[in-house]
Amino acid sequence: MLDKNQIAQRIAKEVKDGYYVNLGIGIPTLVANFVRDDIEVEFQSENGILGMGPFPYEDEEDPDLINAGKQTITALPGASFFDSAMSFSMIRGQHVDLTILGAMEVAQNGDIANWKIPGKMVKGMGGAMDLVASADNIIVAMMHTNRAGASKLLRKCSLPLTGVDCVKKIVTNLAVLKIENNKFVLLERAPGVSVEEIKTATEGELVIEGDIPEMKL
Amino acid sequence: MINKTVASVQEACEGVKDGMTFMLGGFGLSGIPENSIAELVRRGVKNVTCISNNAGVDDFGLGLLLQQRQIKKMISSYVGENAEFERQMLSGELEVELIPQGTLAQRCQAAQSGIPAFYTPAGFGTEVGEGKEVREFNGKMHLMERAFNADFGFVKAWKGDEAGNLIFKGTARNFNPNMAGAATITVAEVEELLPAGSLDPNQIHIPGIFVQRIFKGAHYEKRIEQRTVRKKE
Repeated sequence: MLDKNQIAQRIAKEVKDGYYVNLGIGIPTLVANFVRDDIEVEFQSENGILGMGPFPYEDEEDPDLINAGKQTITALPGASFFDSAMSFSMIRGQHVDLTILGAMEVAQNGDIANWKIPGKMVKGMGGAMDLVASADNIIVAMMHTNRAGASKLLRKCSLPLTGVDCVKKIVTNLAVLKIENNKFVLLERAPGVSVEEIKTATEGELVIEGDIPEMKL
Repeated sequence: MINKTVASVQEACEGVKDGMTFMLGGFGLSGIPENSIAELVRRGVKNVTCISNNAGVDDFGLGLLLQQRQIKKMISSYVGENAEFERQMLSGELEVELIPQGTLAQRCQAAQSGIPAFYTPAGFGTEVGEGKEVREFNGKMHLMERAFNADFGFVKAWKGDEAGNLIFKGTARNFNPNMAGAATITVAEVEELLPAGSLDPNQIHIPGIFVQRIFKGAHYEKRIEQRTVRKKE
């Protein structure tokens, strides 16, 4: 079973040379720590920066330089700043190559729910609806089950949707899966996790073809 | 040169009335029109609708207007970093309309550009799309979204000149350029206000035509919401 850092580490392998990548809050943010340093990647934050760098050194924080999580950041050489409309032109216009975000639920047809739990305080969707509706290449990073132990990979989402028919790939603490023909297709197992365990933890239809390899980190 | 300068924040906010709709720039607490917000609190305008990506924190940003219960409705993409907001929302005192961030930006941009409506895929198939016109383009479903209609826009820039030309800094730019010229009256506050001719025309982000009133903010706190740092190795 993977921890959050290992999920991020596995997803980092999906990041290719020359990609512009938008990282959501939570596990996706950790992906930046694991991207190979022999490839060139630029991170976009939807509040208006391409070429986002690491957190600043103490006493070098700039209130005019934050990411979409409102954290202080730095800008790398080659970075650029832009307004919010242009930022979402990059996203809706599919100039951003890869979007990595978290989810509360994913359905076998690619629907995703990650912004609202009825009856609880709703904070808003931020840029998530724009991202999932537009991006061609979306990877969801999440735990396979919720805190109560219930599957987050479902036949149909029970929570209010963020987007429809948009998720292509999912990396969880148990497995790597893709979505194809309205089904989850198991691609890789986490080290030490059996196909049976993944089956039990997946409520949606799961396709298991041949030997499922253990993922390499 | 058409001079857009006003002497003070008081003069800049002349004409704001109860029940109006305001646009306010900023992302989190970065790039918010601090001085204009303080003046709106001082004036005590009530029942206003605020279009702003976020709603500030309890004691800063739009949280200051919320404290005084001056806001009737918020139109935002992400809120709730503040307890008073949550209390007012749950008690029904405050109306909240949550919309996708890119849609929010584009509805400002559309108002600035004289485009009454546009289509976007964001929110299709979700509750954001309820009651909205749906149309297919290139095999993909889109929602029709409308330009905002606001009385005052309050934006904050780094540098400006007497002609109302604006230059922004870092990610404090965010929604500010999209809101400039998107309301009936745009008020720009700047950290540095310079004589016309001091700024390089090649470097202007927003031309003065989109700004009706410009003033130098008396004080900027520029509070950081999430201070994240790393240690020197």
